Amino acid sequence: MKKVYNKILSIVGNVITVRAEDVAYEELAEVTTSRGKTLAQVIKLEADLVSLQVFSGSKGVSTDDEVRFLGHPMQVTFSENMLGRVFDGSGQPRDKGPSLTDNMIEIAGPSVNPSKRIIPKRMIRTNIPMIDVFNSLVVSQKLPIFSVSGEPYNELLARIALQAEVDMIVLGGMGLKFDEYMYFKNELEKGGALNRSIFFMHTASDPVVEGLMVPDLCLAVAEKFALAGKDVLVLLTDMTNFADAMKEIAITMEQVPSNRGYPGDLYSQLASRYEKAVDFDNAGSITTLAVTTMPGDDVTHPVPDNTGYITEGQFYLRNGRIEPFGSLSRLKQQVNGTTRKDHRAIMDGMIQLYAQYLEAEEKRSMGFRMTDWDSKLLKYGSQFEGTMMDLTLNIPLEDALDRGWEILADCFTKEETGFRSELIEEFWPTK
Amino acid sequence: MSTKGKINSINGNMITVIVDGPIIQNELGFVVRGAERLKAEVIKITGDTAFMQVYEMTKGLKIGDIVEFSGEMLSVQLGPGILSQVYDGLQNPLPALAEAHGFFLPKGVVLDAIDFNRRWHFTPSVSQGDQILKGMAVGSVPEGMFKHMIMVPFNFNGEYTVDWVANEGDYCVKDPIAGIKDSKGHVTQITMTFEWPVKVPIKAYAQKHVPVEPMTTKVRIVDTFFPISKGGTYCIPGPFGAGKTVMQQITSRYAEVDIVIIAACGERAGEVVETLREFPELIDPRTGKSLMERTIIICNTSSMPVAAREASVYTAATLGEYYRQMGLNVLLLADSTSRWAQAMREVSGRLEEIPGEEAFPAYLESRIAEFYERAGYVELHDGRFGSMTIGGTVSPAGGNFEEPVTQATLKVVGGFHGLSRERSNARKFPSIDPLDSWSKYKGIISSEKVKQAHTILSKSNDVHQMMMVVGEEGTSVDDFVTYLKGDLLDSVYLQQNGYDPVDAACAPDRQSYVFDVIYKIIMDSYVFNNKDDARSFFVKLRQYFIDWNYIEFKTDKFNEQENQIVNHIKQSVAQEETI
Repeated sequence: MKKVYNKILSIVGNVITVRAEDVAYEELAEVTTSRGKTLAQVIKLEADLVSLQVFSGSKGVSTDDEVRFLGHPMQVTFSENMLGRVFDGSGQPRDKGPSLTDNMIEIAGPSVNPSKRIIPKRMIRTNIPMIDVFNSLVVSQKLPIFSVSGEPYNELLARIALQAEVDMIVLGGMGLKFDEYMYFKNELEKGGALNRSIFFMHTASDPVVEGLMVPDLCLAVAEKFALAGKDVLVLLTDMTNFADAMKEIAITMEQVPSNRGYPGDLYSQLASRYEKAVDFDNAGSITTLAVTTMPGDDVTHPVPDNTGYITEGQFYLRNGRIEPFGSLSRLKQQVNGTTRKDHRAIMDGMIQLYAQYLEAEEKRSMGFRMTDWDSKLLKYGSQFEGTMMDLTLNIPLEDALDRGWEILADCFTKEETGFRSELIEEFWPTK
Repeated sequence: MSTKGKINSINGNMITVIVDGPIIQNELGFVVRGAERLKAEVIKITGDTAFMQVYEMTKGLKIGDIVEFSGEMLSVQLGPGILSQVYDGLQNPLPALAEAHGFFLPKGVVLDAIDFNRRWHFTPSVSQGDQILKGMAVGSVPEGMFKHMIMVPFNFNGEYTVDWVANEGDYCVKDPIAGIKDSKGHVTQITMTFEWPVKVPIKAYAQKHVPVEPMTTKVRIVDTFFPISKGGTYCIPGPFGAGKTVMQQITSRYAEVDIVIIAACGERAGEVVETLREFPELIDPRTGKSLMERTIIICNTSSMPVAAREASVYTAATLGEYYRQMGLNVLLLADSTSRWAQAMREVSGRLEEIPGEEAFPAYLESRIAEFYERAGYVELHDGRFGSMTIGGTVSPAGGNFEEPVTQATLKVVGGFHGLSRERSNARKFPSIDPLDSWSKYKGIISSEKVKQAHTILSKSNDVHQMMMVVGEEGTSVDDFVTYLKGDLLDSVYLQQNGYDPVDAACAPDRQSYVFDVIYKIIMDSYVFNNKDDARSFFVKLRQYFIDWNYIEFKTDKFNEQENQIVNHIKQSVAQEETI
């Protein structure tokens, strides 16, 4: 039985300190306050001074409250019974179901040996042309969705959850509004995907610190399922809230901030979560999609910026569309060479032309005379936006490629497209 | 009796230890926790307190845990058997770790960096009584396609004479292979292997020379416009998604050097995996052997402990210097130096040092300079030459090149390949910005011609900028032609399709050949009646060139396509004349 301490020396922000012995780094403790029990985690040890971050916040914690060390780091249950269930940010049931305590596993485990990784070669079809054609999603990929408040990023996540070819979904919400949480639940229920989903939900009304554990909980559970052979899709929203919670703790702990108040290890912290995405040889896989809202639509803000360097590409969600420039799936080249011969050419060529369209559009808006070429580009641009960029489409990749050729043939002559002659011969639609 | 200590505080990967004896700055120690022995390095000493960064996760450590000091600085094991290995930042072989421990990286496990039981066929190259210096060979063993020199360890200062040397035969790396006698007559035995501290540059050569010989990468924009020399340094800064890593991968495949060391420092694991899985299957056209035989991978990806990330670039540089010492040309690719700098920043923050710009430590610049200075073209004691070229990517926060790491790097490198997001968004690859980038080295094509071509590019860009303001109708036909010329050069010469088997690697002879053709085209003057004529002339020309790029050099098809280009120009120009 572990010793109980009931003298809290200081309470600063959500961090408390006690004098205690034989405590391990990152060990968990239970704090009993007048409001009930809450978990806390050791974040600093200095001689016999132990600093702990209190998950449910320090509000209402009294200096003579009980602190009991549990002798183990943060754990979460793992079993098939978790499917269809909703948990909170400390791994406790949030729905009305029974609490699950068997088969506890440690979270934030060691990273995968790079030499055990395999080259991702399997495409995850989503039937959304802007993803499948232009930036294919690949098993074991980690991709953020960069967006701003007000954009339908959660709707996009839900659509992907429903349409993507995966075995199961682990959804982690950090600082979600209550109605967003219910939206996910209802959508997945409607689409019949709830019984292959596990939710870890931290809402905006919950204590900030509790959100810190959500990615680790999701990924620890996903990892176990992946090792058991499942292809798991982990959806996280919103990672900016997670980073902000980290910032809050770092400032409380008087760490030297590096950029806009964020701690110097922001990159490493984000990376250790994103790098959990993996395709296990002879077992399952983890693929991660994470919403990252950009404060002030600024991609150079530390959170999206560091994220972009970690992840294998990014989707920009702007004006309800996946922006064709900037959006990138780094792994697409692994899979789009074997789908259909014209896939890569359509992917690059259509975007290059779309870039020229935007220039023409700019010229037009400035009132310049339009050349024949410009008019062709304008026609192309509007067709492209209308029939390819729509995120509510649900069509297979092959149909989307055919649509691409139709648009090209409708707007240009063969040479004007700049495509390789042999592809044009094979795929140019004959009217 | 070695020094011991006890942990007094833990904060992230930083611990303080109260010690009971003398300790050395940068000394290696082991935190003992049950069967685990976690490596840690001393980075600051005050009184009897040592500040140490732990090279592993500190989860589970307790106050009072014992730390044993080794008396040595962090070192790597040098000797035959390093090539084609995959190491972590501390030279643990990752495949061996995987074999022993499965999918995940175990904590506190140290494995031998090279196989001590493997036998190597040794051929002596000295005999008794020969004079010998540190870094000079006593013999060699074949390692893959290279002659791996067995050298006098680099810490043997002064002059020695060979006392005895082993006969030709098979030996393990730890077997004594020679005895050398110092000026006082004392004989020391040497083996095929020895250790060297990673943070100390190897300088066992006669002298360093200015790098002059081009190191070709088969990337047209690099070799023609922004060349690199053997023994030189260059950097590739670019925002995320601009193609830094793809550039590094292409270079690691096609660069004309003997040995490539890839230091994946704090980047994605997935990228290393590609190299790891594909290189053994790829055949190096120059040697007919697998690419892996000439490659060493140092892999400390972003989710691996941050302190080992800081060490990993030094580990890579030390291995590079070791092979350079054998008269080989080494290319060290560090991806990314920003992650390394961030690791320094994390450590500095935990030491509560006064932060400099963007919280980077004040010594950032000098550390970066020190690192790049380890590159060089050197003359060895036996008159041969070896080189180590360093190419580092930089990942500037927000893609802004004004930040401290990019600026500190630009001060010390000889080549700058700046990647631009605009170009990569427009799918123009490689996305090296032809107007911003520069190189101080000499390339494979006459610099006068390159300069003229570059002038066309920048004029073309000026016209393009102007057209954005005044529109196409406000531009003269002449200016418009200049614009089209630049656009042609850009789209068929500067851009290269890295995924096409032929276009991905453009050998130097092909580059000179094609450059001459395109040089002539952009230097000629043309008369067009109107812009549409000009456009359609260049659009067609571009098409011919793109198809040409995809055809193998000096084949019949290649010549045919060239004729098409020539004819196209002749016809169009002829038309002008008849009108």
